[in-house]
Amino acid sequence: MLSKTEKELIVHIWEKMLPVAEDIGSEALLRMFTTFPKTKTYFNHLDISPGSQHLRCHGKKIIQALAEGARNISTLTTTLAHLSRFHAYQLRIHPTNFKLFNHCILVTLACKMGDNFTPVAHAAIDKFLSAFSAVLAEKFR
Amino acid sequence: MVEWSAAERKIVADVWGKMSIDEIGPQALARLLIVYPWTQRYFGSFGNLSSAGSVLGNPKVSEHGKTVLGALEKAVKNLDDIKGLYSKLSKLHCDKLNVDPDNFRLLADCLSIVIATKFGSAFNPEVQATWQKFLCVVVAALSSRYF
Repeated sequence: MLSKTEKELIVHIWEKMLPVAEDIGSEALLRMFTTFPKTKTYFNHLDISPGSQHLRCHGKKIIQALAEGARNISTLTTTLAHLSRFHAYQLRIHPTNFKLFNHCILVTLACKMGDNFTPVAHAAIDKFLSAFSAVLAEKFR
Repeated sequence: MVEWSAAERKIVADVWGKMSIDEIGPQALARLLIVYPWTQRYFGSFGNLSSAGSVLGNPKVSEHGKTVLGALEKAVKNLDDIKGLYSKLSKLHCDKLNVDPDNFRLLADCLSIVIATKFGSAFNPEVQATWQKFLCVVVAALSSRYF
């Protein structure tokens, strides 16, 4: 349940992250691979070493998808329909991994934004990421 | 038995050394209560927790945040027997406080995020991974006497 203020905050934060999508996305992924090594099992097809082109490219895609979701919060299910199908039928990621990645996104934002990543911003983004992940996992079964 | 490399021991000690307990404890607990409001169920005697502002300004939250982080210091100084160290505290959280141990992980996550806001890029992936390994052991120890 997101208030009007929270939705505006979410859009504002993701707009700021879009120009540095490669940095933010690759950092969040790298944090996830380092803190939760089991998540690397889904990436045997990519070079996920620090600073790699694959990592930056993949990270950028994810941040762009999140920003798109932020701009369309009220219609997440339709906006993310293709990504939802992709995660369900092709990627088939164990759903617990969404929480692990979401946490690493929060840590990345916290490092970048410092005190500007206020408790209210933290709560809003966490709620948004949970809603986003729920839509991605919706078609799993 | 949890194994700690020399590098990991150094990282945990360094992170702890750079932390201001009086600042970070209250902020971590406040974030738990704001981001995961169901955790407020354990703090009925704390007074007004109805908004982010009231949580952040609540002196009981602040005081308890310092208490919690103070208890974490023991684990920092005794990495090799965190489970033994927290045996009694675990029983307390189970038998007297009746806290759902799934909430321990949430507080650990909030603590990591507060540290990230303070340390910035110094809280790099390797430091984050080691610190979270430490908190994972703490959470497991606190959950160990739940039956």
